[in-house]
Amino acid sequence: MANEFQTEDLSTPIVSKEDFKLDQPVKWCAGCGDYAILSSVQNALPEVGVRKEDVVIVSGIGCSSRFPYYINTYGFHGLHGRGSAVASGIKIANPKLSVWQITGDGDCMAIGGNHFIHLVRRNIDINILLFNNRIYGLTKGQFSPTSPKGLKTKSSPDGTIESPFIPGELVMGSQGTFFARIPDTEPQRMKEVFVEAAKHKGTSVVEILQNCVIFNNGIHYSITSKELKDDHQIYLEHGKPMIFGKNKNKGLMLKGMRLKVVTIGVNGISEQDILIHNAKSPDDALHYMLVRMTLPEYPVATGVIRSYDDNVYEDVMEAQIKKAREENKIKTVDDLMNSGNVWEI
Amino acid sequence: MVKKKRKIIEIDDAVVKFAGDSGDGMQLTGTQFSDTSAFVGNDLSTFPDYPAEIRAPQGTVAGVSGFQVHIGHKEVKTPGDLADVLVAMNPAALKTNLKWVKTGATIIIDIDNFESKQYKKAGYETDPLEDGTLDGFNIVKAPITTLNKSIVIEMGLDSKTADKTKNQFAVGILYWLFDRDLNFGEQFLDDKFKSKPQLALANKKVLRAGYDYAETIETLESRFQILPIKERKGLFRNITGNNAVAWGFLAASERSGLPLFLGSYPITPASEILQELSKRKHLGVKAFQAEDEIAGINSAIGASFAGNLAVTTTSGPGLALKSEAIGLAVITELPLVIVDVQRGGPSTGLPTKSEQGDLLQALYGRNGESPVIVIAASSPANCFDYAFKACKLSIEHMTPVILLTDGYLANGSELWKIPKMSDLPEIVPRFVKDNDPDFKPYRRDLQTLSRLWALPGQEGLRHRVGSLEKEDVTGIVSHDPLNHEKMVRLREEKVQRVANYIPELQLDGEDSGDLLVIGWGGTYGSLLSAVQDLQREGKSISLAQFNYIKPLPKNTKDILNGFKKIVVCELNLGQFAIYLRSQFPQYAYLQYNKVQGLPFMIYELKLKFNQILEEL
Repeated sequence: MANEFQTEDLSTPIVSKEDFKLDQPVKWCAGCGDYAILSSVQNALPEVGVRKEDVVIVSGIGCSSRFPYYINTYGFHGLHGRGSAVASGIKIANPKLSVWQITGDGDCMAIGGNHFIHLVRRNIDINILLFNNRIYGLTKGQFSPTSPKGLKTKSSPDGTIESPFIPGELVMGSQGTFFARIPDTEPQRMKEVFVEAAKHKGTSVVEILQNCVIFNNGIHYSITSKELKDDHQIYLEHGKPMIFGKNKNKGLMLKGMRLKVVTIGVNGISEQDILIHNAKSPDDALHYMLVRMTLPEYPVATGVIRSYDDNVYEDVMEAQIKKAREENKIKTVDDLMNSGNVWEI
Repeated sequence: MVKKKRKIIEIDDAVVKFAGDSGDGMQLTGTQFSDTSAFVGNDLSTFPDYPAEIRAPQGTVAGVSGFQVHIGHKEVKTPGDLADVLVAMNPAALKTNLKWVKTGATIIIDIDNFESKQYKKAGYETDPLEDGTLDGFNIVKAPITTLNKSIVIEMGLDSKTADKTKNQFAVGILYWLFDRDLNFGEQFLDDKFKSKPQLALANKKVLRAGYDYAETIETLESRFQILPIKERKGLFRNITGNNAVAWGFLAASERSGLPLFLGSYPITPASEILQELSKRKHLGVKAFQAEDEIAGINSAIGASFAGNLAVTTTSGPGLALKSEAIGLAVITELPLVIVDVQRGGPSTGLPTKSEQGDLLQALYGRNGESPVIVIAASSPANCFDYAFKACKLSIEHMTPVILLTDGYLANGSELWKIPKMSDLPEIVPRFVKDNDPDFKPYRRDLQTLSRLWALPGQEGLRHRVGSLEKEDVTGIVSHDPLNHEKMVRLREEKVQRVANYIPELQLDGEDSGDLLVIGWGGTYGSLLSAVQDLQREGKSISLAQFNYIKPLPKNTKDILNGFKKIVVCELNLGQFAIYLRSQFPQYAYLQYNKVQGLPFMIYELKLKFNQILEEL
């Protein structure tokens, strides 16, 4: 009956992108990849299926971390690297909220590295959007933990001598349940991946290959440019074969312990030989190989690489609380204070 | 055999110290003896003293673990300066503790552990039992280890397990010495070893054997009786400072209707607060053991933003790590209680020893103008009251509160009259109503200057707070110089106005006179005992013990004004004295400082106060 629908929730009007816009000026550099990400988040949120009042966006420090000030949700702008911890507290305190952490490669791979891996390990239901431009932007151009080895920056004039983190590897190493990668040049796919991340119960990490126009312009060019992207990216979708290329004729196979790029129609290889992507597999061995694929041997994997449903921290905690409340005879603080060794004098 | 009838001497109080190897069960025996004393109606105060190592080599001075208990027929304010009875399970325990024993005290030693190899290991060159070291003491040489073994081996216990029961022999002697009912000790052991009935039985047998041994030997000429306190009525329990802090938070959670969230990281001597609250899921507590101190406090800030009563607990080095986040709680104007159980510093310092070295860190240890409320508890039991008050002030004034306790309060225990929840004050969170058309994140209550609390999930109140400076009222990010100064002043004024909501300082003694003794926090028991002793001698001396440090009570200046001399006593180099000089520079402050990881002794305080009084 129509009436039943009406009584569903009158207080929550259907949300639209407009609901998440603020009239405050956005202060990112002209041409910054962050604008596209902001727009995609505003597009994604109405599709997530939560009340607009239940969305909380949390950040640390950095260009990306100004995000909460540019979107009309509840927002918390925290300290350098500590967004994961603040987000954890919010979500544990009120599991009904849809909590999003905005962070950059400096914020969550360097100063916040510890908090990041522990959040992922605990599998608290938070959506992390990791803006990876492989440089320190807000502090003006020093190398970051994801800068390619040899990159010359203000603090590495002779080229960095550090191996970069691959965020997906850290997620797998921390027993992560959801990892996706997406370039900031793909607004439609970005929105879809954000919705997938939101729907996943558990910590979702979305690495966004984001372009910093000022300090590291074009760092992702070989992956994102119109001419190269079809051959240099493989967009993975659960249940579909791992096929890519301009002519949709390249694919991935497993040869021994390694992935191998093959061409369909060559050496008797048909579409049936190509691996089918199973994002929901509990075993992360193949996901691990996929996140590690780099040019020139492999295309870079994008899309949802891993999405495995496991127990969620706050659900288990709520269940323990419920059980303890039912089983323990001590129901109030008065009960507690008067329990055990008490003497009437 | 004819048993000699021994006389029973009535005494007002006694200090008993149990000392042995860590692992000898000294904490257990101490607790057992204190609980028995509480049961018969004595007042008591205890202090455990244990090494930083889990199990230092057996028989060495580094491995000595002690537990001191002061029991009395009248009110007991400290665990006592010097012991009347020392139980020394080995030479190292004797070596470490002899300087803390009264002349003429009874020392019960396990003679089985006093062979030359053992006393040399403890650092004695000659046998302390023979060389005159123990002249003037009443020594009970009991073959505890061998007697214990003969009892429990008979029961089929292996020799390693057998050694664990020998502490009961010593307690048995004390039960006789203080004329205690053995039934209580047996009940205690039944409770302790509920799941191991054979072990309970063995311990009980040994306890009784110790008692009978004391009755039989000639060395103990008399026994003591400490009568129950008459003035006290009500329900009591023995409580440690850490436990009291945890329960204060539970009480504040229930009274405010806010779920309790703890974000914490284990650190000595604060860990028991985390452990106690982790056990309280049945009261809805969410205890989050974070990956580090920084995550501990930041998770608590997140939980506060989401509307929980958020607390974080730590000790000095952890407070240092939390300082950036305390600034975040200051600028976001969210409630948050930070407990610092002070220990000896700097750096890792003396993890198991007590100090008052973090006061200036609590007041000023952050970047920028970063005012917080600072309060300090002054006894194990009133840790409950100040934890509760910290929550109330934090919630009602929307500002972080640092609660200072110390290792001495945290591990020490005392008898506590159990309060009724309905007698505790109300705590009223300043929530905004859904869809309030006037809502602005930094609109303030005109009386307290606190902003109001709007929670994620509430309709029509979406807003953003964070670490960047905000425009007054609107909460929009602002770099405007005049706005910044205004916000800095508002945050400071908000904390200063808390002075209108805290009690005035109460003096122990006359409100004017020759000497005002000033202390703060955990030194109260020692200072009060010393001051009262001198008052009884007719000296003009009063004590002002501060629990509220920022802001100071409104009558502080009036109190300072009434005395010829002021001495500030602290277990640091004079941090509160520095603070008072900055607030009231018109007065001269003498100082008495001790930084040994040890509490004040009453006799040393009296010596100092007498010296000042003579110089008047």
